[in-house]
Amino acid sequence: MIPLSWYLILAAALFCIGLFGVLVRRNAVAILLGVELMLNAVNINLVSFWRYGNVAIMTGQVFAIIVFAVAAAEVAVGLALVISVYRRRNTVVAEELDLLKW
Amino acid sequence: MTGEQIIFLIVALSTLGSALMVVTTRNLIHAALWLVSTLFAVAVIYTLLNAGFLAVVQVVVYIGAIAILFIFAVMLTRKDLRDSGPQMNPNWWLGALLAGMVFAGLAFLLQGWNGLSKTAADLPSGFDAVSLLGDKLTSPNAYVLPFEVASVLLLAALVGAVYIAFNKK
Amino acid sequence: MNFWNDPLKVAAVWLEGIFTGWGMDAVLAHVLVVFLGVFLLITILMVLDIFLVWIERKVVARFQDRIGPNRLGPYGLMQPFADIIKLIIKEDTTPDGADKVVYNLAPILSMMSVLILWAIVPLAPVMLGVDLNVGVLFLIAAGAIGTLSIIMAGWSSNNKFAMIGGFRQVAVMVAFEVPMLTMLMIPTMFAGSMDMNVIIQSQNIWYFILSPLGALIFLIAAIAELGRAPFDLAEGESELVAGFNIEYSGMKFGMFYAGELLHAFTFGGFWAILFFGGYRFLGLEQVSPFLAILILVIKAMIGYWVIMWVKYTMMRIRIDQMLGFNWKFLTPLSFALLLMTALMNTLLRGADVWLYITGMFLSNVVVGWIALEIARAAAGKERKRIEGPKKAVEAHH
Repeated sequence: MIPLSWYLILAAALFCIGLFGVLVRRNAVAILLGVELMLNAVNINLVSFWRYGNVAIMTGQVFAIIVFAVAAAEVAVGLALVISVYRRRNTVVAEELDLLKW
Repeated sequence: MTGEQIIFLIVALSTLGSALMVVTTRNLIHAALWLVSTLFAVAVIYTLLNAGFLAVVQVVVYIGAIAILFIFAVMLTRKDLRDSGPQMNPNWWLGALLAGMVFAGLAFLLQGWNGLSKTAADLPSGFDAVSLLGDKLTSPNAYVLPFEVASVLLLAALVGAVYIAFNKK
Repeated sequence: MNFWNDPLKVAAVWLEGIFTGWGMDAVLAHVLVVFLGVFLLITILMVLDIFLVWIERKVVARFQDRIGPNRLGPYGLMQPFADIIKLIIKEDTTPDGADKVVYNLAPILSMMSVLILWAIVPLAPVMLGVDLNVGVLFLIAAGAIGTLSIIMAGWSSNNKFAMIGGFRQVAVMVAFEVPMLTMLMIPTMFAGSMDMNVIIQSQNIWYFILSPLGALIFLIAAIAELGRAPFDLAEGESELVAGFNIEYSGMKFGMFYAGELLHAFTFGGFWAILFFGGYRFLGLEQVSPFLAILILVIKAMIGYWVIMWVKYTMMRIRIDQMLGFNWKFLTPLSFALLLMTALMNTLLRGADVWLYITGMFLSNVVVGWIALEIARAAAGKERKRIEGPKKAVEAHH
C-alpha cells in the first residue's frame, strides 16, 4: 500500500519545480507554465488528503474543482494580458517589460 | 514492492521528469507539450487516488483547454518560428537553490507529523464519489456558494479576457 | 455461464487458466489477458476501418451519380487493400525544418484519440471495455486529445498553410465542444448517470423521441468535431490545399484519413447509444451478446450513413460563418433546450408515461420553432440590410 507521505513528497517536488520555473524563466508564457505546475501540485495535495482522511467528507475534491476553475480563469486572463502586451511592446521577455521601473 | 507501488513510482517519475522538461526546455512549444505530458500523468495520479471524476475533468479542462491555450499563446507571441536568446535568467543557480531550499523545508516540516505513514482505508462499498460530489456542490448547507462564486469568476474572466485581447482595428 | 451468453468472460477465464498452468503469476496472467483483449478489439476496429473506406467511396459515388470503385474484387471490395498497400510503400518524408518528434507523434495521437473511445462503448450488456461511471465526460476528454493532435500536426509541418488549417480546425473543435457537452447532459439527466451502459439500459423509450432537438444539435456538433463537411474548412481541398494534412504523405496521411473515418463511425455509434437505444432492440439483446453487437453495428452504420449524407449533400461554410453559427445560434439554443428539458423533467416526473413523452416532445418542438423564428427574423433583417439599397434603386425606375 502507498503511504500518504509519497503523495505529499511528490506534490512538494512538483511545487518546487514549478517555483523554479517561475523564478528562472525569461519568457512570460514560460512563467505561466510554472504557475500551472504549482497549481497542479496543490491539487494533488488536496485530493490525497481527501482520500487518506474521511472519504465521506468531500471538501478535498470540492476544493480541487474550485482550483480547476480558478486556474482556467487565471490562465485565460494571464495569456490575454501577455498577448496584449506583445501587441504593444513586441516582446514577451519579462526583463524587457520595465516601463514602471524607476 | 506491490504492483500498486510500482505503478505509483513509474507515474510519479514521469510526472517529475516531464515537469523538469517543462521548466528547462529551450523550445517553448516543446515546453507546452511536456506540460501536456505532466498534466496527463497528474490525471493518472488522480485515478490512483480513486478520484476518477477529477481525472477526467483534469484531461478535459487542463489538456483540452488550458494546454491548447498555451500553445496558441506561444505561437502568437513570437517574431519567427524559432526561439532565440537564452531561456533562463543569468542567475538561474540562485533560483535552483531557492527551490531546493523550499523543498527541503517542506520535507522537514512533513517529518514532524505523525500521520505521515498512514495508508489509505478502503472505500466503503457502494461509495459513489460522483453523486456525493454533485450533492455537496449543490446543497445549500455544503458548498453551493463557492460553486456559484466560481461560475461568476469564470464569467468575469471570460469577459475580461475577450476585452483585453480584443484587437480594435 | 456458457460461451454464447458471455463469450469474453469464458475466453478470459480459459486463457488465464492456461497461463497460470504454465506457471505464471495470477495477477500477471490477468494483465496479459486484458492486453490480449485490447489488442483483439483494436485489430477488429482497424479491419472495420478498411471496410469503412470502401463504404465511404461507394456511398459518395452513388450520391454523385456514379458507381465508385468496381474493378478490384467483387464490387470493388479489394480497393481499400490496394490503397493501404500503396500508402505503405510510399516514401516516408519529413519536411525540411519540421519538428521531427512532434511531426511523427501527431498522427499516432490522432488515431489514439479515436481508439480509446471504444473502451467505453458497450457492445453488449456484458461486453464492454470499462464500465466507467463518467463515460460521457470521457467522450469529451478523448475529443480534447484529438484537438491537441491536430494542432501538433499543423504547427510541426513548418508550413503556413498547415498552421492556418490547424488553427482553424482547433478553433472550430473547441467552439463546438460547448453545445456537444450541453446536449450530452440531456441523456445524462434522463438516465441519472453518466455511465454509457446505464444510459442504454434506462432507454425504455428512445431518447430521440424524448428529445429530438437534442439529438439533432448533438449530431451537428459531432459533425463539426469530426471536421467533416459542411464544417471542413480546415482541410477543404479547394480552399487550403489540405489544411494540416498538407505535409503528410504515405501511411501517416493514411492514419489521419482512416482515423477520421473511424471517428465518424464511432460518433455514429455514440449517436445510436445516446439517443437510439444502443444495442437494445425489442428485447433481442437478451438472446445473445452477438445479436446485441450486430444491432449496435447496424445502428452505428445508419448513424454513419446520416453523417455521410450530410457531408455529400451540403456545401462548405466559411470559418467566420461556422463560428458565428456556433456562438450566436447553437450555444444559446443548447442552453435554452437544456433548461427547458430540466424544467419539463421536474414538472412531469410523476406523470403518466404518455403525458411525459408528449410533453417532452412538444417542448422540444416549441424550443426549435422559436429558435428558427428568431433565426429567420435575424436573417431577414440581414438580407434587407444587404439588398435594401438595391431595391430602392430598382423602385426608382
